[in-house]
Amino acid sequence: METILGLDLPTWWFLVIGGLITGYGVLDGFDLGAGALHLFFKKEESRRLVLNAIGPVWDGNEVWLVIAGGALFAGFPLVYGVVLSTFYIPFMLFLVALIFRAISIEFRSKETWLWWRKMWDISYTVSSTGITLLLGLVLGNLIHGLPINKEHEFTGTLLTFFNPYAILIAFTTLSLFMLHGSIYLVMKTENRLYTRLTVIVNNCSKFFILCFILTSMATLIYVPHMTFQFKSHPQLFLLPMLAVLILLNIKRNVDARRYYTAFLYSSIITACLLILFAVGLYPNIVISTTDPAYSISIYAAASSVKSLKIMLLIAAIGTPMVIGYTTFLFWTFRGKVKLNEMSY
Amino acid sequence: MPSVEILSRIQFAFTIAFHYIYPPLSIGLGLCLVIMEGLYLRTGLALYKDITRYWIKIFALIFGIGVATGIVMEFEFGTNWATYSHYVGDIFGSALAAEGIFAFAMESAFLGVLLFGWNRVHKGVHFFSTCMVALGSIFSALWIVIANSWQQTPTGYRIEGHDLQARAVVTDFWEMVFNPSSVDRFSHVIIGSFLAGSFLVMSVAAWYVLKNRFTKHAQAMFKVGLGVAVIAALMQLFTGHRSAHYVSKYQPAKLAAMEGHYDSSAVAPMYIVGWVDNKNEKTTGIKIPGGLSFLTHGSFSAPVEGLRATPKADRPSAVNFVFQMYHLMITIGMILIGLTLLAVFFLWRKKLFNQRWLMIIFAWAVLLPQIANQVGWYAAEVGRQPWVVYKLLRTSDALSRKVTADQVMFSLILFTLVYMLLFTLFIYLLTRKIQHGPDVSENAEIEYDGYYHDNITYHPTKL
Repeated sequence: METILGLDLPTWWFLVIGGLITGYGVLDGFDLGAGALHLFFKKEESRRLVLNAIGPVWDGNEVWLVIAGGALFAGFPLVYGVVLSTFYIPFMLFLVALIFRAISIEFRSKETWLWWRKMWDISYTVSSTGITLLLGLVLGNLIHGLPINKEHEFTGTLLTFFNPYAILIAFTTLSLFMLHGSIYLVMKTENRLYTRLTVIVNNCSKFFILCFILTSMATLIYVPHMTFQFKSHPQLFLLPMLAVLILLNIKRNVDARRYYTAFLYSSIITACLLILFAVGLYPNIVISTTDPAYSISIYAAASSVKSLKIMLLIAAIGTPMVIGYTTFLFWTFRGKVKLNEMSY
Repeated sequence: MPSVEILSRIQFAFTIAFHYIYPPLSIGLGLCLVIMEGLYLRTGLALYKDITRYWIKIFALIFGIGVATGIVMEFEFGTNWATYSHYVGDIFGSALAAEGIFAFAMESAFLGVLLFGWNRVHKGVHFFSTCMVALGSIFSALWIVIANSWQQTPTGYRIEGHDLQARAVVTDFWEMVFNPSSVDRFSHVIIGSFLAGSFLVMSVAAWYVLKNRFTKHAQAMFKVGLGVAVIAALMQLFTGHRSAHYVSKYQPAKLAAMEGHYDSSAVAPMYIVGWVDNKNEKTTGIKIPGGLSFLTHGSFSAPVEGLRATPKADRPSAVNFVFQMYHLMITIGMILIGLTLLAVFFLWRKKLFNQRWLMIIFAWAVLLPQIANQVGWYAAEVGRQPWVVYKLLRTSDALSRKVTADQVMFSLILFTLVYMLLFTLFIYLLTRKIQHGPDVSENAEIEYDGYYHDNITYHPTKL
């Protein structure tokens, strides 16, 4: 098979999609986390401030989901169909939650009535939390593996998704995004809200560390196939060690109130956890618990070589542009958030 | 309970039709915003600043709903049409990925600056962002129409595997992108969007004129909208003709359904209005004899391929529906040309803003391009049935095999409820915004000299 820099094309696409999902996790992760924390702020002004902290950027962050979805569709159409139709109900709820989240942010400020704002505040938190938990649930099931038969058809029921491991991953994702989001917010705020947030960051970091430890143990005990790659390539053990190191660094930086550094580390740990997951899966994307032979590998699922090559070129042209826009946007809205007449 | 196929089709049709209320408005408003802000930068008049900022707020509302309902579409391919996803992923997926990376990313990043950057960035940077958002929305239409056009007129591919494993793989990317229908359909869609946006601007402006509020601002808005609309309405005639031409060449069964033409090879009339009896395969109505023959072959006596030339299983069954939707679109297109030309005439005679009747029509006319855009797509998508990829993949074969009717019923009810709520809120908030009107800067009205004093003000009768 044709290779570029020693990697074959399906592997390249596995990396591209992994990169896009990581980008989504790092970027939308903090605004989803901010949304999940929204109701912890009681005062109207605080709520407006935390909402406007993500105001100009959340939509751009969500685009990474659209791009990642498109890339999965393009690179591994078989997996796109199998995964989305398997998780039919969770994804439908996910889509509805995305709609509610978007309109909560958009509509909240349009009226000043107390009940109106309260309604959208609740809708915003519930949808942000729901999106995060559903993403985590899907991720957890993909790590755990699914009952997939020879025809790549899912043979379980809706209840299959609610296994303890997947639920644990859902909460780990929530705790990660809450930590990530609270660090982002603390960077963007000042005065009393800042002080309040420093407490929230501390609590979130404890919640995350707890989830991280539980997830690590559960994965080692219940999901042995995630460790195969590590056993055959011992140098990969650096990765989980790195994750632990970064975790300690987040805690250290949070304690020292160095939030920019902490944010950098919470971004890296998001990436790190997704890389661990990707390494564990590779070269499969969907793992069958019915029979390992029915698992869908990237080679079975990939689009044609020609298509992969074209899209790799598209990604090579597009990615620097996207990074450019994103940087421009974040640079324009750098610094502490201030309310003005254009704010939400 | 209805079958999974029917439910999935209803769900897709419903969610895409609802989604399609918003993107054309964003695309059209995007262009109007570029013009308004451009005028502001050029003239420095506070009035243009006011209307730009006013329409940015409405744009934000429309854009937000467009994005939220658009993500649904992307994921529905996988959830409800998994076989289809596998079949076309190689091609459709790449267009969708290109849309995300080239259009959406640009659009949404600059949207942040457009909405929140007014006092943060330099005027020129803000204007640049407005242009980028407008351009981004056009790019996204470009890629998605390319993807859809490929399904109508597939080229640049080859089929690999058979039966359930079969899929189309790309052999020539540019041939796939510039398939026979993509350019014509893209221009038709974009101009339809310009009409939707500009008619919204004119509708709101006409309402202010009628209510005698913000009259100077309203006149300025109306002129921007009219400028876009009159050119777009005339161009639509041309792109519409081009689209019909490609249909006649590549999808003869669809064209035959649009005109209710059954005879497999005969001179075909063009109907102004009519009714198709699909059971007896007869069409009645007011017609121009040989009209369709003339449009497709340039001769009133040339034979046109009719529906009977295609086996019954391979041609659309809802012929009357396609016929009516197509004719409604054309009728509206003609009305839009008449309306905009009339408005231009009155503007030239400096009598536009005291034509109460015309202002009333324009206040309501916002619905016309919306309806035309919708029914045009209904004709295009129902007319190509039973194929989802023309002559390659049947809609009934494109389903997700493991999704059940209960699941789709659940999601369909869910989306119906959510979208009803969404639409109510949208209309409510839009009305509120319109009632509130632009925030008028000091001096804005004094500086502006493009104002026609012969406003409706001077003929005060209650609405």
